[in-house]
Amino acid sequence: MAPVSAMLPRWRLYSWSNNLMSSGTTLYLKGAEFQYPDNEKKVLKGIDLEIRAGEWIALLGPNGSGKSTLLKLFNALLLPSQGCCFIDGINTNETKSVALIRSKVSIVFQNPEDQIVASVVEEDTAFGPENLGLRSDEIKIRVKEALISVGLWEKRKHAVSSLSGGQKQRLALAGVFAIRPGSLLLDEAMSMLDPASRKSFLDLIKREHSSGCTIVQVTHRLDEILNSDRTVVITDGQISWQGKTENFLSISENELKDMGFAKPPVAVLKEELVKSGIIPGSTRSDIGEIRKKLCLLQ
Amino acid sequence: MSLIKGVTLGQYIPADSFIHKLDPRCKLLITVLSMILIFISGSFPAMAMWASLIIFTAKRSQIPAKALIKSAKPILVLIIFTSLLNIFFTGGSNIIFSIGPLKASVEGTVTALRMGLRLYLLVLFTALLTFTTSPSELSDGLEAAFGPLTRFGFPAHEVAMMMTIALRFIPTLFEETERIINAQVSRGADFVSGGLIKRAKAYIPVLIPLFVLVFKRADTLASAMEARCYRGGKGRVRMYPLTWGSAENKALTAFVVFSAAVISLNRCM
Ligand SMILES: Nc1ncnc2c1ncn2[C@@H]1O[C@H](COP(=O)(O)OP(=O)(O)O)[C@@H](O)[C@H]1O
Ligand SMILES: [Mg+2]
Repeated sequence: MAPVSAMLPRWRLYSWSNNLMSSGTTLYLKGAEFQYPDNEKKVLKGIDLEIRAGEWIALLGPNGSGKSTLLKLFNALLLPSQGCCFIDGINTNETKSVALIRSKVSIVFQNPEDQIVASVVEEDTAFGPENLGLRSDEIKIRVKEALISVGLWEKRKHAVSSLSGGQKQRLALAGVFAIRPGSLLLDEAMSMLDPASRKSFLDLIKREHSSGCTIVQVTHRLDEILNSDRTVVITDGQISWQGKTENFLSISENELKDMGFAKPPVAVLKEELVKSGIIPGSTRSDIGEIRKKLCLLQ
Repeated sequence: MSLIKGVTLGQYIPADSFIHKLDPRCKLLITVLSMILIFISGSFPAMAMWASLIIFTAKRSQIPAKALIKSAKPILVLIIFTSLLNIFFTGGSNIIFSIGPLKASVEGTVTALRMGLRLYLLVLFTALLTFTTSPSELSDGLEAAFGPLTRFGFPAHEVAMMMTIALRFIPTLFEETERIINAQVSRGADFVSGGLIKRAKAYIPVLIPLFVLVFKRADTLASAMEARCYRGGKGRVRMYPLTWGSAENKALTAFVVFSAAVISLNRCM
């Protein structure tokens, strides 16, 4: 009998071999509240949030406002004490679906040291797929793809302890890619990286997003959210601001400062150029777009 | 070969050999068998045979002689101590020399030599195992070997996973300890002067942050493992499953034949 791959149309094969991620998942919170058992105070106080498949959300807020807790709800690491959470329409409180939910939604945490389990690069990357109970040749394929995509394939047999901080965080990302989730939650995943590693990490996230993956990114730096579609600000367990990232970035510098954020230079530049009537107001705060608009002038 | 250069895990010496490729269960079995056999066949010719087997295996798996000899260093004190005990306390009529009431006899010296060599051979056998088997293979092998005991409640998978995590975090914890010590030193802590108690006390401000850190780490790691779909050993499939094939059968047969020869040699002596 012919193998399954021979029966598929060519384009199907192509898209299979080229997409690390399956298409994006939808994440949905309805009236979600959360309280840690040993803590009197509610950490989340009625959150309504719908994230469409393939959307890129920037999640901002002061320390202790409940951002990490919110991400853990999406991954079924925590269950809402009130309200509910749906991933692709599946309620996270269905015990039998937990494995499925975690294969759809992956988290990358702040410190790579806390999420790498094995001592050898390829063994750590295999950890997720091994837990999913895939066939070992399938695991090998996924590990190879994931390590190639983060640029660590040459180091597959190396000890984790021999990697740099940036490489370790990319390894954490590879471990998540190998699960092929439909959405990626980043909990301050770039905060410990130097500028060069930060850029290469962000480039990897952009690529995943362009292949359809849903992104929820927790950060304190506005220069990291320029590619996001929507910004959600959480203060004290509630959504205090929500809207297009472009609109968030056009909030005045002083007001952003009061909220604890520094306006990124590229947003300042765009505003100045718009104010002087050089480029149209609809331009996004993106250096590539500004350059394009400026080139049109000549 | 440059590919595996970065690996510095325990005693493991990576190489591309027939012995490195053997299933860890096979190597574990042979090691355990050899330990028992060395104990029941302790004549000098038999031990010479065992030694030749060790040398042959080390040669075939490209283990440098220096590494092999050095592997017994941690228990050298034990070997010397038991040898001394044997020399002086075995008793016997042919006294070579005496220090006060202690008499060294010929019989005692022979026993000491025999016991010392035996211990040394045992250490070399286990060293060969750890030289040719990576820690993760070793924990896979142990998990499989203890697998049947899970029926009686022995947590084989959990123990293997603990080994994996411990190995992973040893280098990290060393780094963290160093960082904390440096931070304390830069704030004027003194770890070198004073008596033993004073110096031990100086380490308390290092241990407390280290403990706090370890517990926080463990908590996040547990979440991260769960987030990566970990549900214990159930339904877990390894990327490199253990495979017992003809190579393992051959190795085991060769070992059994060799052992039988050694045992009969030992009987004849
Ligand atoms: N495991 C926990 N047990 C009890 N309280 C917690 C726990 N984790 C976080 N909290 C509390 O919940 C609040 C929100 O924490 P978190 O979601 O981590 O905020 P953020 O990620 O926005 O900084 C904080 O006040 C914190 O003290
Ligand atoms: Mg947080």
